[in-house]
Amino acid sequence: MFKQIAIVSGKGGTGKTTVTAALTHLFKNNIPVDCDVDASNLFLLFNPKTEKQYDYYGGKKAVIDIGKCSSCGLCAEICRFDAININSGEYSVDNYSCEGCGYCAIRCPEKAIELFESRSGEYYISSYKEGRFIHGELEPGEETSGGLIAGIRKKAIELADKTDYIIIDGSPGIGCPATSSITGVSYVLIVSEPTLSGFHDLKRIMETTEQFRRKYSVAINKYDINTEITEKIEKYCSDKNIKITGKIPFDKTVMKAVQESNSIINYNSPASEAIKKLYKNITEEIK
Amino acid sequence: MKLVVLSGKGGVGKTLVSVNLTNVLSEFGKIVHLDCDVEEPNSNIFLKREIDFTENVDIQIPYADSSKCTKCGLCSENCQFGAISVFKTGTVVFESLCHGCGVCSYICPEKAIKEKSKTIGNISFGEKDNIIFGEGVLKIGEPSGVKVIRKLKNKYPDSDIIITDAPPGASCSVVETLKGADYALVITESTPFGLHDMKAVLEIALKMNIKTGIVINRYDENYKETENYLRSENIEIISKIPFIKEIAEMYSRGELISNKKEYREIFLEIAEKTGVLKCLNK
Repeated sequence: MFKQIAIVSGKGGTGKTTVTAALTHLFKNNIPVDCDVDASNLFLLFNPKTEKQYDYYGGKKAVIDIGKCSSCGLCAEICRFDAININSGEYSVDNYSCEGCGYCAIRCPEKAIELFESRSGEYYISSYKEGRFIHGELEPGEETSGGLIAGIRKKAIELADKTDYIIIDGSPGIGCPATSSITGVSYVLIVSEPTLSGFHDLKRIMETTEQFRRKYSVAINKYDINTEITEKIEKYCSDKNIKITGKIPFDKTVMKAVQESNSIINYNSPASEAIKKLYKNITEEIK
Repeated sequence: MKLVVLSGKGGVGKTLVSVNLTNVLSEFGKIVHLDCDVEEPNSNIFLKREIDFTENVDIQIPYADSSKCTKCGLCSENCQFGAISVFKTGTVVFESLCHGCGVCSYICPEKAIKEKSKTIGNISFGEKDNIIFGEGVLKIGEPSGVKVIRKLKNKYPDSDIIITDAPPGASCSVVETLKGADYALVITESTPFGLHDMKAVLEIALKMNIKTGIVINRYDENYKETENYLRSENIEIISKIPFIKEIAEMYSRGELISNKKEYREIFLEIAEKTGVLKCLNK
């Protein structure tokens, strides 16, 4: 049976995708899954060939039939998402704000409003030189639905039959996309950085992970840019009995690797050595 | 003028630019600075405003009165989110799935579904030295910050100059932040990641018909793709901030780099080129 490992970060830009890409090279026989659907970057490092594309319908949107609309304004009055626009007396639905609840359709006295399925993203199964790869992309501006992430992860599980690991590049933040990335996984790795904002966000994602009762550890990326905050993070984690499984130094090779669309693990560098140690520590943890 | 700082990709310098822009602008007049990155708000680590007042952000969620419920199932049939189910033992609301839309309480023929407030976060404000600071915080475990953002923005709708720190990404919370904005200042970095995520945000700003400019942070002249793309799309580059270790170090300590003369120039230039300084001097 495969294990699912999610890599998350709270704050964006801490190096989550870089660490994920490196780990997928180190863990043999795995499926990488990119769940960061509104900034899906992992595929840029894999150069994958698309095998299959699936449309994702995240929900419905209301549509007003202008021919039937009597401009009574009831829909705008009762909508709790401010999703009805009025333009020189003409009513229309703001697709970005509409959550597809259908309240307006139920209440409209002219029966002028209907709900329609709406396409809000897609996901892909691709092949790359080490196996298969799954990633999703949300249509810009769509609702940060955990549904797309759930769909991607379900697909990964279908394909994971003969693999040992599913490695998930999670969404940043603490909201629905982040929690959809970690729910039900065997292990969570939080990638942090020693900045005041990084530390602040780390505490929030740690609390979120604890609410979901997942086993987890913390890696500090660019740990040497502020050793004082690194020590504070270490103290904070050790007080909570949480392991620091990796300390990755600031290393300009990382930026070079990203610019060359390659994984840091293919370079001989201090960061890549540190990630190898991180990998070893995680394998001990999930035994 | 309402200027929103956003980024697509996280960690490229959105907060760095927004707080330092606010800091420089506040030398010239009164600025409202809103932190709409409600999942991970960080502006006040730099602006250091004491909070004068805080308000809860509540949504209305339903609950079923079992003495009136006949288990007819209409509520569950009409809920688009699968957030209410009828069991033998009674009708149950799954709060984490509920959007608080009001359909079930309206549709119930027995008037058995009532609503109660649920706090999903808060907004807070502090004012000092020409900066009115406001931030929204989403409660841990809550799925979406859109309502927190909406309430935060509604507090100072008519201020002359509003600088807003947007959430990262390109989803609905970014759209909510951008509504009513006059200018979208998009921060990116010189990598394929930065380029990819910037495109998604630009698509939103374009659809919403908002004027756009770009700041390339950690600028690397060897990486040409971002500039080539922006040139082909005819989008203005407002500033290029080079990678300087001191900036990263000051940022890590929560310091405003614009308090140093050599970095102040960067943000003064951004204030001029985006037109926000002109607006302030009116």
